[in-house]
Amino acid sequence: MKMSRPAALRTTTPHRPPPAPRPPAAKLRTSSNSGTPTGSQAWLLHHFYVLFSSLGHFARAPVQNLMAAAVIGVALALPSGFYLLLENVQVLSRDWGGTMQISLFLQPEATPEEIQRLSEQLYQRPDIRSVRVIMPEQALEEYRTLSGFADALTALNQNPLPAVLVIQPTSATQGTPPTQALVDDLAKLPSVEIAQYDMRWLQRLSAMIETAKRGVLVLAGLLALTVLLVVGNTIRLSIQHRREEIEINKLFGATDSFIRRPFLYSGFWYGLLGSLIAWLLVYASFILLQTPVQQLMALYYSEFTLMSFDLRSSLLLLGVGILLGLGGAWLAVGRHLKDIKPR
Amino acid sequence: MITFTEVVKRYPNGYEALKHISFHIDRGEMVFLTGHSGAGKSTLLRLIPLIERCTAGQVLVNGQYLGRLANSRIPDLRRSIGMTFQEHRLLADRTVFDNVALPLVIAGFRHQEIRRRVRAALDKVGLLNKEKSYPITLSSGQQQRVGIARAVVHKPPVLLADEPTGNLDPAMALEVMALFREFNRVGVTVLIASHALNLIKCMGCRTLILQEGSLIDDTVPQS
Repeated sequence: MKMSRPAALRTTTPHRPPPAPRPPAAKLRTSSNSGTPTGSQAWLLHHFYVLFSSLGHFARAPVQNLMAAAVIGVALALPSGFYLLLENVQVLSRDWGGTMQISLFLQPEATPEEIQRLSEQLYQRPDIRSVRVIMPEQALEEYRTLSGFADALTALNQNPLPAVLVIQPTSATQGTPPTQALVDDLAKLPSVEIAQYDMRWLQRLSAMIETAKRGVLVLAGLLALTVLLVVGNTIRLSIQHRREEIEINKLFGATDSFIRRPFLYSGFWYGLLGSLIAWLLVYASFILLQTPVQQLMALYYSEFTLMSFDLRSSLLLLGVGILLGLGGAWLAVGRHLKDIKPR
Repeated sequence: MITFTEVVKRYPNGYEALKHISFHIDRGEMVFLTGHSGAGKSTLLRLIPLIERCTAGQVLVNGQYLGRLANSRIPDLRRSIGMTFQEHRLLADRTVFDNVALPLVIAGFRHQEIRRRVRAALDKVGLLNKEKSYPITLSSGQQQRVGIARAVVHKPPVLLADEPTGNLDPAMALEVMALFREFNRVGVTVLIASHALNLIKCMGCRTLILQEGSLIDDTVPQS
């Protein structure tokens, strides 16, 4: 008897009573065990057979099974969609956080010479890396082209915008925010109206994202449980439905793993189909979001584009879905197959 | 091949279905088991493939003491036993071919081998032309024969039949019995539970008679 038979893995122990000698009359007949011409190839073929016959069972009640898969899909789509959104917000805030600029809004009466002098003076300081001057005219031009309020501006008879010095502190190159002392120092300079360093909201935003991520994790946990229960319940029904088949399989010597196999594979299909549905749902929602997000981002002079699934996150979603499907099936099979004793 | 020693089967509700049964069936024998319904025929048959375990006593099948057999070894035991049932117990959503192939699929046979053996078994019971039919389209006698083909397709050394002629008309019943006789002739140990006394008589085989859980007679016909 070869060990690679599926049942043999479970049922063969070293202590097997030696078979009794057969009388001549029994020569023609051999027991099922000694005549089993199996190999690992047959075992693999059987797995393939079960894999696709469980898909066949799936196709026999398509509406019912697709609905179950859709429930799984929605349950998986919610946390993965939220998670992707948060990832996007985080990338966005990182973009902003990297700049760490201080904006010096100058008094409106400052002359171009004064502005030039001030910028050169600031450039000499060791704690300032670069200074960019935005003259009122430039600012107005930029505002006109990007804000969409060009018509409103023509109604003004004078430029309401002050000159701005955009300062890149040296500390920014090391990734640390500028000290409050520097900001206060700059605010005290003559002809500076306001020194603005608006990083606090970014810090708050990133704290909020962290909180939201934790929330999504909790949500994902709950919805994973939902998937387990949905798959478990569907498999339980299918076990009840195929009770007679299971009993007969047991009567003809099927091992537990043989009986478990088609149900585990159904769990696999539910998980796979559910995660494919989830992927499509999230992908479609992101396509719907793409255009409005781009328009919104244009208003902030950002070339940020919404990122959807990449290969890694797609595979992760599929993997999680399949694992949950298998897990749910495993739970149902473990609980309910034992109850079925052949009559 | 099958030895019962002082076997008792008591159900949890206290009902004693079998009381101190002892008998021995040799390899290659064909034996009938008879008695009124409720005498314990089915219970006795169910102890052999360990569908149930006996409460006391010893059951020895094919050299194995079933009392000591671990649950994980039951599949191997059952693969060496063929069974037919009064109510046929064929799977309605599978073709005759797939029904008969079941024991071979369970045992992990190769596809070509399954094909060959299933067709041989169906040929033996005279239903080769029905391999693509579904059981529901067959008569009761044909279904019983499919059940027999399924029971012998993996060439088990032991064949158990529970009321194989229960729903059949006399002519059909004789045909089915002739089939069992044929399998017996090539060495299969056959144990048939039946209450069709006339049929048993004309088969001329050893007969165990049960009454209210006790073995009251073990007759061997003169020949």
